[in-house]
Amino acid sequence: MFRQLLLCSFLCLFVASCKREERKFSQPPAQFKSYDVTMSDVHPGSTGVQQPVKSASDEHAYDTNEGKRLFTQYNCSGCHANGGGGMGPPLMDAQWIYGSNTENIYSTIVEGRPNGMPSFRQKIPDAQLQQIVAYVKSMSGQLRKDVEPGRTDDMNARRSEQRTERKTPQQTTAPPQ
Amino acid sequence: MTSKTNTISRICQCLLALSVSSCGGIQNAVNPAGPQADSLSRLWWLMFTVCSVVFVLVLIAVLLALRNRTSEPPANTPPLLELPPEQQRRRRNAIISAVTVTAVILFVFLIVSYSAGRSLTADLAHKNGLTIDVTGHQWWWEVRYNDADASNIFTTANEIHIPVGVPVLFNLHGADVIHSFWVPNLGGKRDLIPGKNNSAWYQADKPGVFRGQCAEYCGLQHAQMALWIVAEPQDQFNAWRQSQTQTSMTPTTDSQKRGQQVFLSAPCVMCHAINGTPAGSNVGPNLTHIASRNTIAAATLSNTREHLAQWIKDSQSVKPGNKMPQNNLGEADLQALLDYLQSLK
Amino acid sequence: MSESQKAQKTAEAAEVSNFTISEEELAAAMERERGELEKTWARPTGVWGWLTDTDHKAIALRYIVTAFIFFVLGGLEAALMRIQLARPNNHFLSPDQYNQIFTVHGTTMMFLFAVPIMTALGIYLVPLMIGARDVAFPRVNLFGYYVYLIGGILLYAAFFLNTGPDAGWFAYVPLSSAYSPGKRVDIWAQMITFTELSALAGAVVIIGSVFKMRAPGMSINRLPLFVWAQLITSFMIIFAMPSVMLASGLLASDRLIDTHFFNPAEGGDPILYQHLFWFFGHPEVYIIFIPGLGFISPIIVAFARRKIFGYTAMVLSLISTGFIGFGLWVHHMFATPIPQMGQSFFTAASMVISIPTGVQIFCWIATLWGSRLNLKTPLLFVLGFFWVFVLGGLTGVMLASVPLDLQIHDTFFVVAHLHYVLIGGAVFPLFGAFYYWFPKWTGRLLSERAGRLNFWLMFIGFNLVFFPMHQLGLNGMPRRVYTYLPETGWSTLNLIASIGAFILASGVLVFIINVVWAYRAGMVAGDNPWAAESLEWAVSSPPPNFNFHNIPVVQGRYPLWEGIENAPVVRGLSTTKREALVTSVMDAQPELRFEIPGPSIWPLMVALSAAVMFIVGIFTPWAILTGAILAGIALTCWFFGDPNYENHTARETGKKSPTISPVSRPPELQPKEI
Repeated sequence: MFRQLLLCSFLCLFVASCKREERKFSQPPAQFKSYDVTMSDVHPGSTGVQQPVKSASDEHAYDTNEGKRLFTQYNCSGCHANGGGGMGPPLMDAQWIYGSNTENIYSTIVEGRPNGMPSFRQKIPDAQLQQIVAYVKSMSGQLRKDVEPGRTDDMNARRSEQRTERKTPQQTTAPPQ
Repeated sequence: MTSKTNTISRICQCLLALSVSSCGGIQNAVNPAGPQADSLSRLWWLMFTVCSVVFVLVLIAVLLALRNRTSEPPANTPPLLELPPEQQRRRRNAIISAVTVTAVILFVFLIVSYSAGRSLTADLAHKNGLTIDVTGHQWWWEVRYNDADASNIFTTANEIHIPVGVPVLFNLHGADVIHSFWVPNLGGKRDLIPGKNNSAWYQADKPGVFRGQCAEYCGLQHAQMALWIVAEPQDQFNAWRQSQTQTSMTPTTDSQKRGQQVFLSAPCVMCHAINGTPAGSNVGPNLTHIASRNTIAAATLSNTREHLAQWIKDSQSVKPGNKMPQNNLGEADLQALLDYLQSLK
Repeated sequence: MSESQKAQKTAEAAEVSNFTISEEELAAAMERERGELEKTWARPTGVWGWLTDTDHKAIALRYIVTAFIFFVLGGLEAALMRIQLARPNNHFLSPDQYNQIFTVHGTTMMFLFAVPIMTALGIYLVPLMIGARDVAFPRVNLFGYYVYLIGGILLYAAFFLNTGPDAGWFAYVPLSSAYSPGKRVDIWAQMITFTELSALAGAVVIIGSVFKMRAPGMSINRLPLFVWAQLITSFMIIFAMPSVMLASGLLASDRLIDTHFFNPAEGGDPILYQHLFWFFGHPEVYIIFIPGLGFISPIIVAFARRKIFGYTAMVLSLISTGFIGFGLWVHHMFATPIPQMGQSFFTAASMVISIPTGVQIFCWIATLWGSRLNLKTPLLFVLGFFWVFVLGGLTGVMLASVPLDLQIHDTFFVVAHLHYVLIGGAVFPLFGAFYYWFPKWTGRLLSERAGRLNFWLMFIGFNLVFFPMHQLGLNGMPRRVYTYLPETGWSTLNLIASIGAFILASGVLVFIINVVWAYRAGMVAGDNPWAAESLEWAVSSPPPNFNFHNIPVVQGRYPLWEGIENAPVVRGLSTTKREALVTSVMDAQPELRFEIPGPSIWPLMVALSAAVMFIVGIFTPWAILTGAILAGIALTCWFFGDPNYENHTARETGKKSPTISPVSRPPELQPKEI
C-alpha cells in the first residue's frame, strides 16, 4: 500500500513537470486585442466585469528573464532606467496610471500613451510582448518570487526583482504631470 | 564585385563537399593553413608519435608479463614473499631506466611546447597586420574591423575576411557569457570572457575558406554558433573591405523599396542595423551587407532566398531558443523584404 | 625493589605460567564470547532499524547500491545523448533537453557515482583490512550516507520536474549566474553542497579509523596499499571540497541575494569562479582515480602470488600524486587570458604528475612479470585498466601542453581523454574490485563466464565509443553540442560511437544480471577464495557484525601470508559493550579501549535539518534559520544523548561471562594491562 502510494505520488510529480521552468520558444499570439482593454471600473448596464487575463508568462521564469533582457535591448531603459522615475514614470512602485493588469500593460506598450510613451504596435512580436509585460509586473514584485529574475551582470542600481517586496498596485486616474 | 562573391560562393560549396572526408578537411586542427596552426600541428604529430610508441611499449611489457599463464586457481600456488636479489636488482634497474626515460621525454615535451607557445604569442604588430574586434553574443559573432581612419571602420557578423599572408590581431570580448573563438585551420582557441580582454594573432598562408565554431558552452544554441573565415589575396580583400565600408545599397526596384518599408515598420528594425537607413540597433547582427555573406544564422544556413525566408518567418524551427522571434509577415511583404535584403550586397 | 616485592612478582609469574585450560573449555568459552559479541553488535531490525543502523558494512553496501543506481541513470543519460548525436540534425532531443541531460550526466557521474562508490569500498574494507571492529565515527558515517542520498534525490527529483541544471557539470559563470533563469542552477549548487558534506564525512571517518584503529603490529609501513590509497584520497577530499563549496556557495549567493562575486561590472570576476571550481575539480579526478589504484594493488598481489614490487616507491607515488594533484588546476583554463609564463608552470606540473603514476605502472608490471597468472575476471579488468588508462594518461600529457591544448580544449578530444582516464582509471578497477570482493560481501562468487563476457563487452564497447572521439576533436567538433551539420563530416565517427555505447551498456547489463544471479545461486565462496594476503580474508564471508572476534597482532605487510596462525591476539575487549582498540598512529601500539557508538536516529535528523536549510533555502531565506535551529537541536541530542554502545540486556540482567585469562604464553607477549 505504502509502495503504491509512493509510486503514485512520484508519477503525479513527474507528469506535472514544473511550470516555472517551461520554456516555450514559439508562443501563440495574445488572445486579446489592445484596444479591447477597459480603463475604468464602472460598467454601464449589466455587462459582467471582465476577468483579468491570466498570462502564462507570469509563471515562467524564462519569460520574465527574457523580458528583462528585452527591456534593455528595446531601450525601455531609455526612459524607465533602473525602474523609471526619471524621464518616464516609475514602474517599480505601486502607482499604475493606466492599470496594472496584464492586458492593461500590454495595451500601454502597444498603443503608446500621451506625454511620451511610444507605440510599439507591430514593432515587438506578441510573444516578446508577453515576456516584457511579465517582467514589468515583476519590477514591483507582483509575481511569485521564484519566477522573478535575479540580478544582471551590469552595474546594479537597485535590488533585483526577486528581492523586491510586493507593492500592491493602486490605480490613479491622473496621468503624470 | 558580384562575380567575386559568386566565386567565393562556389569555392565555399566545393569545399563544403570536400569536407565530407574526415581527415584533412576544413575545421580540422591537423590541416593547418597558417603558421600558428602549423606549429601546433607539428607539435601534435611529435607528441602523437612519441606517445604512440610509449603506449605500444607499455602494452608489450604488460603482455610479456602475462607469458606465464596457468589455469590453476590462485589458492594452488604458494605465495612468494622474497624475490631472489638478482631479479630484484634487475627489475629495480629496469624501473629506474623507464622512469628516467619518461622524465626526459616529458622534459623535451615541456621545452618544445613552451617554445611553440612563445611563437604563438609573439607580438606580430611590427608586421603591420590588421586588427579585428570580435564580440561573442548568444549565439552569433559580432565582427568589427578597426582602423586608424574612422571612415574605414565597419561592423559585420559571422563572416570574417582576411588577406593571405598578413598576421591579423583578433581582440576578443564576450558580451554576455563566455564563448570561445576557434578556427582550427588557423590556430588554437581563445575564450571571450565578459569583463576581460583576450587577443590572438592568426595568419592564413593560403587562400581558402575556413570554418570555426564556438568552443565554450554558452547556452541553448552553442551547437549552432559557427563562423567562416575567408582568406583571400590582398587585392580581393581590399576590394571586399572597400565595399563593406560603403553604406547600404539604395533600393532601386519597387519591390525593394516596399521591402525597405517593411523592414522599417516590422520588428526587424528593433534589433538590426542597416547603415544609411534609420535602423540603427546593435542588438542583433548588422545587415548592411547581408547579401555579401555566404551563410546566415551564424553559419547554420547557406544564404539562399529559401533559407532567408525560413529564418525570418520561423527562426525557432532552425535554432530553437535563439533570440530572434518568429515573424508573421504577409506573403507579399515577405517577398518584398527578401528582394530588399538580397539587394544589400 | 624490596625483597618481598620481588618474591611476589616471582610467585605471580609462576602462577601465570602454570595456568592451563583444556581444549574443550577453551572452545566453549570462545563460543560463549562469540554469542555475546553477536548480541552486543547485533544490527537493529525493522524500518527503525534500517534508519538507525550504523554498521559500516551495512552503510557501505547501501552506498554501493545507491551509487550503482546513479551509475545506471548516468549511463541512460549518456545513451540518450549518443542517440541524439548518432545522426546530424537529429531531432530526438530538443536543445533544452540535451543541455539538461549532459549536465545531469556529468554531475551524476562525478558527484553521485564516482566519489561515493570509492568512499563506499573504503568504508567497507578499510576496517577489515586494518583489523578493527568498526570505523572510528559510525554515526558520522551514517550521516554522510543520508546527506548523499538526499542530494541525489534532490537532483533527480528536479531533473524529472524539468528543473534539472543545464549549465554543464562545472557551470561556468556568467552563464550559470545571470543567464540561467529559474531554479535549475540553484538546485545544482545546493546538490554540490550535499555531496561535499557526504564526502567530507566519509573522509573524516576513514582518516580517524586508519590512524587510530589499526590492529597492533600494523605499523604505518605495513599498511596495505588499498588503505594507503583511501587515506590519501581522504586527505585530498578535506583540502579540495571546501573550494567547490565556496564556488557553489558564492554562485548561489550571486543568484539569490544579489552579491557580485562574479559580476565584472561591479568588480567581480568570472575567472574567479573557474579558479575556485578547478582548484577542487582537478583534485576531484584524483580523488576518483587514486582509490582505483588502491584496488589494483591487492588484486595484482593476490593473482601474482607475490608481494608488491617496490612498496615504498608505490606509497611515495601515491602521496606525490595526491600532492601534485593540487598544482594542476589551471590546465583547465589555458584558453583564458592568464599570462603564458604562469600557465607554463601548470604545463610542467601536469606533465610531472605522470611520473609517479608511471612508477606505479612499472612496479605493477614488475610484480606481474614471470609469475604464474590465472586470468580470472578481476585480473582481466586490471589488464583492461592498463590499456585504457595508459592511453588516457598519454592524451593527458598532450593536453598538458598549453599550445596544443588550445586546439583540443573543449572538444571531443577532451571528452575522449576524460573518459579514458576516468573509466580506465576508476571504473575498470572498480569492476575488478566488484568481482574480487563480492565473495567477501555476500559469501558467493560471481560467475566467471558472465564476468568474461562482461569484461569484453565493456572493453570493446568502451573503445568503440571513445576512441573515435579523439579524431572528432581534431576534426573540429566542440563539446556540448546537441547537433551538428551534415557538411562537417562528423557523422560516421559519431555513428560508430553511438553503436559502441550500446555495446558498453550491454556489458553493464551483463554485470547486473551476474550480480542478481550470483547473489542467490553463485558458488559458495568460503573465507578466502583467492588465497589472498590481507586481513579481510581472515574472517568469514560475509564477515560477522563485529568483524573480528580475536583481533590478530599483525606480523608483516601480508598478514595472511606471514604466519597469522601463530600470531598473538588481542584479548580484553568487552563483549557486552561495543568496544574497539585504539592504537598509536605510527607503530600501532595499543593505547586505549574506545566505546563505539551504536545505532542512532540523530544522523538522519541532522541530515533532514540540513536538507531543510539548503533545499528550502533556495526559495526562502527563512528556511536557513529554521534549518539551522533544527540542526542545532539534533546535534545537541546527538552529542549529549546516549551513544547506545552497551548491550542493554547484559547490563539489565547483570549476567556476564568471565573473561578468559591469558593462556600459556611467555610474559613478553602478553597484552599490556590497560
